[in-house]
Amino acid sequence: MTMTRLDDTTTEAAGNQAAGLPRLLPLVPGLPEDLRAHLARHGRPPYGHKGQLINAVQQAGLTGRGGAAFPVHRKLAIVAAASGRTVIVANGAESEPASHKDALLLRAAPNLVLDGLQLAAEAIGASDAHLFLHPDVSPEITRALAQRQAAGLDRLVVTITEAPPRFLAGQESALVNRLAGGPAVPTFTPPRVTERGLGGAPTLVQNVETLAHLALIARYGPRWFRALGTKNEPGSMLATVHTEHGAQVIEAELGIPLRNLLPATQDSQAVLIGGFHGAWLPASAVHGLTLDNAALNNHGAAVGAGVIAALPADRCGLTESARVVHYLATESAGQCGPCLNGLPRMAAALGVLAGSGHHSQVRKDLERWAGLVTGRGACNHPDGTVRFVRSALTVFGPEISLHARGHCSATNRKPFLPLPNALPTSEEDWI
Amino acid sequence: MSGATGFWYASRATGILALVLLTAVLVLGILVNRQGRLPGLPRFAVTSLHRNISLLAVAFIAVHVLTAVLDTFVSIPVLSSVIPFASGYERFWLGLGAISFDLMLAMIITSLVRGRLNRILWRAIHLLAYLCWPVAFAHSIGSSKDLQHGWLLDLSIACALAVAAAVAWRLASAARQLPRAARVAAVFAQHAPHGTRQRISR
Amino acid sequence: MPDTLRVNPIACTGHGVCAELLPELIALDEWGYPIVDPHPVPPALDTEARRAVAACPTLALKLTRTDAPRPVRPK
Repeated sequence: MTMTRLDDTTTEAAGNQAAGLPRLLPLVPGLPEDLRAHLARHGRPPYGHKGQLINAVQQAGLTGRGGAAFPVHRKLAIVAAASGRTVIVANGAESEPASHKDALLLRAAPNLVLDGLQLAAEAIGASDAHLFLHPDVSPEITRALAQRQAAGLDRLVVTITEAPPRFLAGQESALVNRLAGGPAVPTFTPPRVTERGLGGAPTLVQNVETLAHLALIARYGPRWFRALGTKNEPGSMLATVHTEHGAQVIEAELGIPLRNLLPATQDSQAVLIGGFHGAWLPASAVHGLTLDNAALNNHGAAVGAGVIAALPADRCGLTESARVVHYLATESAGQCGPCLNGLPRMAAALGVLAGSGHHSQVRKDLERWAGLVTGRGACNHPDGTVRFVRSALTVFGPEISLHARGHCSATNRKPFLPLPNALPTSEEDWI
Repeated sequence: MSGATGFWYASRATGILALVLLTAVLVLGILVNRQGRLPGLPRFAVTSLHRNISLLAVAFIAVHVLTAVLDTFVSIPVLSSVIPFASGYERFWLGLGAISFDLMLAMIITSLVRGRLNRILWRAIHLLAYLCWPVAFAHSIGSSKDLQHGWLLDLSIACALAVAAAVAWRLASAARQLPRAARVAAVFAQHAPHGTRQRISR
Repeated sequence: MPDTLRVNPIACTGHGVCAELLPELIALDEWGYPIVDPHPVPPALDTEARRAVAACPTLALKLTRTDAPRPVRPK
């Protein structure tokens, strides 16, 4: 399912590329674009405009599609300005269990990502290129890279590293740590990896979807990119939408009403926006909201990793949230005292609240711990977890009261949000 | 001449004192690392004592070296205190003394500028303490007959036992340290919903 | 421009020496880890702050320039 919109104010004539959708996803849904199809649709990557790409990305207003929504041109500029060796990494780890967009993109349009990687590498003058990805897509990407080598498309050889299935593996400094041969756990910043990253060299880490957008901006320009989306949040994005019928990756224009992404038929009580570090919003609020940070930030939520999970009315949001927080706790890197001590306690407390009986002290402890861990880890893991927990306590407040009296509103005990089964058991699980 | 004998006695006495002080420094260093406490004293007292006694030890060693050099009965060049095996007299045993003194200087100098050093590098050099003490001990036993009998022998054995006990405690602690994967599980396991004060450390 | 105290939470093992030496700006949470005042160090406490930084057994406590941009924490 794609959303198309014709924009007759666009004057860029860009080959076969219309101003609408799909942009990233293949023209024929479900049919991955191999190299031939990619070249037919987009042509070869436009090398040789090194100095202009960063400007184009700035004018296009592209923000990172990995969750943080950081202006891409700023990161590019920092690393481009550095002297000496620099490194670029395409981040396809997609460690958010509820997100499937990066895996889909790497399968369906790998050449867009790989074009973006090469073009960004040229723009910043990188000497080393890496791709960090899930083992499942590794064989296909290896094949795609071989085809590109044969066709002489790539300037830099791309080194593939498989990401361990850890929630923090895609975090910038954890990723660099892993590429350097260590475990995928974060390191203390400053210095950021853009200052000192892999092997001490300034390192640009960019989400694979971001690179795909960049590859298109390089060809069709900023005006084309801005033909979709809002003024401050232009372009399209990949969202992973979860409903009771399953999960689907949708390419959507930023700024569209959220209800356009959710089936009208489903009876939802709440929607999780962003991912496991995102926030629950009540279904009533979601009805009037649009897919952009300008709207979502007012409600304590953000686009984040593009996860939109509509919890069916027949489930227990409290139990779902407790499951998620337990997972988030087990995924702590275990290296910062407040996170290591606080997250499991918060998870246990939420588990107690999801049980039955009055637990006012547990609720107070939970609030206290939430305040204690915020801002006191080396990475955002405790902060993101607290955001999720606080939104759950707000949105599922009535459910908590019900449970306190020994009841539960759910009639369906089937788990809704996807969670991996395998917990880390040894140091090797971070490698 | 009594002056010569005076210097010689001073050197031996300060040497013994230095060994006792170094023993205390090592034990205190292990105490700091394990977050141990001295009864009735605040935590910063343990770190301060460790540092101050190490500086005191260096002062005593300086006197120990100087008096040995000034003593005219044997010829010991002053540089042999830092250049190992450069002394004609008891070349090997004094050489060990120089090695341990060099290690001490490395640890102390890096500690004085530790704010400017990479944390990992500082720690790596500081681990040389476990080499420094045995070498200093060997130097003490070998370079003079003093510690080989009588109450000074008892004193040396006591120092060695103190170090052995502290090191054994350190190794046992390290063995008990939770690997990453087990840390979160440990917090879950010992947590009671109504709050527990016990902390899991790395 | 006075400096600001920051703690490296990975290096910190909760010795608690900092809180003893600088109780005005550092408290310990219920697990023994430091909660550091994020404001610039008042000039009157500058010496004490430097002492606390020097005393940290794991070099986890740092004094950083206040106008150094506090990085937006990644992820």
